[in-house]
Amino acid sequence: MTTPLVVSELSKSFTMHLQGGICLPVVENASFAVRAGECAVLGGPSGAGKSSILKMAYGNYAADSGQIIVQHGHELIDLVTADPRTIIAIRNRTIGYVSQFLRVVPRVSAVDIVAEPAIAEGLAPDAAREKASTMLARLNLPERLWQLPPATFSGGEQQRVNIARGFITSHPILLLDEPTASLDRANREVVVEMIEEKKQAGTALLGIFHDQEVRDMVADDIIDVTGFAPARAA
Amino acid sequence: MTDQPLLTARSVSKFYGNRIGCNDVSFDLYPGEVLAIVGESGSGKTTLLNCLSTRLLPTSGIVSYRMRDDTTRDLYRMSEAERRFLMRTDWGFVHQNPADGLRMTVSAGANVGERLMALGDRHYGQIRETATDWLGRVEIAADRVDDQPRAFSGGMRQRLQIARNLVTGPRLVFMDEPTGGLDVSVQARLLDLLRGLVQDMGLAAIVVTHDLAVARLLSHRMMVMKDGHVVESGLTDRLLDDPQAPYTQLLVSSILQV
Repeated sequence: MTTPLVVSELSKSFTMHLQGGICLPVVENASFAVRAGECAVLGGPSGAGKSSILKMAYGNYAADSGQIIVQHGHELIDLVTADPRTIIAIRNRTIGYVSQFLRVVPRVSAVDIVAEPAIAEGLAPDAAREKASTMLARLNLPERLWQLPPATFSGGEQQRVNIARGFITSHPILLLDEPTASLDRANREVVVEMIEEKKQAGTALLGIFHDQEVRDMVADDIIDVTGFAPARAA
Repeated sequence: MTDQPLLTARSVSKFYGNRIGCNDVSFDLYPGEVLAIVGESGSGKTTLLNCLSTRLLPTSGIVSYRMRDDTTRDLYRMSEAERRFLMRTDWGFVHQNPADGLRMTVSAGANVGERLMALGDRHYGQIRETATDWLGRVEIAADRVDDQPRAFSGGMRQRLQIARNLVTGPRLVFMDEPTGGLDVSVQARLLDLLRGLVQDMGLAAIVVTHDLAVARLLSHRMMVMKDGHVVESGLTDRLLDDPQAPYTQLLVSSILQV
């Protein structure tokens, strides 16, 4: 089995220049790997650095040191040192991301927001929109909302648009930041099913799930983040 | 994705006497890439934009551009005529104040058609048809084609300026605060339009803005300037979500939450 995502000796701290330059270490020496067809879950209490790890794996946060090796096509690329252009190419083809909150763009309809990553991946716009509609229907988003910009949607509705957007592509790596946080039971089950299908398709998934029930259903491996907590300087 | 940059800047500096306009700026811009230059007023953003777009001669440094025939040329070693041709065809320049980029006393249709004529189009019917089509794309009604931009609102003028710039199918567009001075609903419409056009046409763009929300929405990469220097550059969302330089942290933390 292949291992499309390997993280080794990853460290991250925040230096707050506006607060007198205090330095907050959040992750130290994190090492783990995610195999294809497997869902690894980052475990640990709030503030342990789970989201920071996930964001570094998407190139959204900078890392201080260490490596994040991603299989991008036939190449192995270190996200920590990759230039912006390479990271954008990796996001278009290799790494998908479902965040907790939807970043809404004024005037862009729900269906177009969902279709966007599929178009970036190379699908024709019409086909992408059709696929987007299928995803939204599956996640029980009422059809009358599809053509509306999601700015006025409820939290759960926005979250479902976000999930559809993350799951529409066939990226070999998918990062999930609490995808089921504001969903009801029926929709949570749809998401669990979708995660299962991604695994069958050979996608490597790395996620954060606070919902114990969902975590138990999807997790193949729990990565205990407290092991990567920096020793607090006295 | 092509592996050759479209525009390359190396150590571009501009001094006004002994004051710094911009100092030692280097970067590569690739086809289809949108670069935002952000910073407060007086940070050198516009000076840099003008140096890159040959509107202002830099004190030192090299700016080169890959032409349509794949040859890379030093912009400041071209003849004036070649440069002007480039600006009229392969480039666009969207000014903050539409009056600077439009001819206010000729019709909207002629404003768009003029750039086509510069390319050698002479068929009136075709020019008018293309112009009307482009006005439609920037959401200006067809019955306004014969009106002068003087009779347009600020938002319409800005959209007209964009149509005028994009009608020749440029590969690179420079924008100086394209949404400055517009109210928020008009701004949203313009941003959505720009975002769509940039995506559909695969345009490369360099956008100067002081508005970080505009940078987030439009750009892939960002350069933060202060006192003429680039203090930080990189992926737009990384710079906004995990700023490293003290000045970038100050900028990001100064955004008002709505």
